[in-house]
Amino acid sequence: MIELALRHRVGDLDLDLDIRSQARTLALFGNSGAGKTSALNAIAGLLVPQSGRVALDGETLLDTARGLCVPASRRRIGYVFQDGRLFPHLSVRRNLLYGAGADDAAGRREFAAIVELLELGSLLERRPLLLSGGERQRVAVGRALLSRPRALLLDEPLTGLHAEARVQVLDYLRRLKRELQVFTVLVTHHADEVAALADEVVRISAGRVVRQVPIAEFVARRAAYGHAPAP
Amino acid sequence: MNALAPDEWQALALSLRVGLLAVVLTLPFALALAWLLSRKRFPGRVLLESLLFLPLILPPVVTGYALLALFGRNGPLGQLLGSIGIVVAFRWTGAVIAAAVMGFPLLVLSVRAAFDNVDRRLEAAAQTLGAGAWRRFVSITLPLSARGIVAGCVLAFARAFGEFGATISFVSNIPGETRTLPIAIYELLNVPGGMPGVRRLALVSLLVAVAASMCATLIAGGAPWRRRSDD
Repeated sequence: MIELALRHRVGDLDLDLDIRSQARTLALFGNSGAGKTSALNAIAGLLVPQSGRVALDGETLLDTARGLCVPASRRRIGYVFQDGRLFPHLSVRRNLLYGAGADDAAGRREFAAIVELLELGSLLERRPLLLSGGERQRVAVGRALLSRPRALLLDEPLTGLHAEARVQVLDYLRRLKRELQVFTVLVTHHADEVAALADEVVRISAGRVVRQVPIAEFVARRAAYGHAPAP
Repeated sequence: MNALAPDEWQALALSLRVGLLAVVLTLPFALALAWLLSRKRFPGRVLLESLLFLPLILPPVVTGYALLALFGRNGPLGQLLGSIGIVVAFRWTGAVIAAAVMGFPLLVLSVRAAFDNVDRRLEAAAQTLGAGAWRRFVSITLPLSARGIVAGCVLAFARAFGEFGATISFVSNIPGETRTLPIAIYELLNVPGGMPGVRRLALVSLLVAVAASMCATLIAGGAPWRRRSDD
């Protein structure tokens, strides 16, 4: 379960969000500049809001009223950035292992499982700049998962990919959802990604929550409004 | 051209030793200060930067005089060092201090520029993978700025190698002890029949300067991970 309450001003955007959800995959859906990525950054600990509270599964990660802020490095939240942000000087293998736990038998099994799940075996010794966009995103997802996160944040994971790569990465993300039990927050402005991955949808506009609905209602509204993206 | 005379070899060896030690001894401080200036905002930052640039702006003779006032037998630091049996004024160790002080601003400037060029978003990504400040610095910031740091070391070495004004003011011109290459050239210029020696040492200086400049240019030229093999 996630509880997110944020009051923060970023440039011209006045962020004022209150979100509570028990969904396993929650989508933050809205146009660019709505404040979705700022919300993700606050969950990850990369942005400390002027006031707010973040709690995951009952554990408080941020509470400005109490002066509590768990550093990003101790939150155990896997973050897949829009641009992957793979470390350019490290091979794919070392990128994957960067946040991984102990190098014991369990750790090696986990590494092998993620490499197999995301089909990264042939890429392990390559440098990130030699990867395609889709490959980079798969490595970024694998790297985040190997840090044994309690939550996974996906920031526009398919943006910038060509059509074929989008289908491919979306397929991997669906498989992850099926096979791993990780609470996920997906940020996107593509309704088809929401429909494919989310269990619940929060529509955000100009820093405010407009609506929070289960995925079935989101899909039904989409169907009713033809291509209208609003839930 | 004739080979170098023994005292000329001595001056060259001393200059190389002074230049190398000046860089090695100041590098940790330069890394710390450059990181502070690149990553932190704090009161007194402008004052600190102004003080850092002083050796570049002041006439070197004035810097040498200031060092003599500080490290001379009656200076506060000189007395402190003297109480534990260390004397630096008019010793080759003093030449190292003078060279270090003159090269330090260049080293800090180069390292800071290298730190500034590291994509901060990569450090944020490392943070979400559990890396604390020290691990981020060692595994992300340092390797990604390594070329700038090495280029800065080469430049600082070249500056230290050619240091004259501060050195002669602080440690004078003592053959075999403080007579560095530039001081030896200056001495030969003032001695009848010294021109062949001046030419030899000037050529050596030129070769060292060209080699240092080429090293800095080649090293700073570009990191291999920035080049795609399919470019």
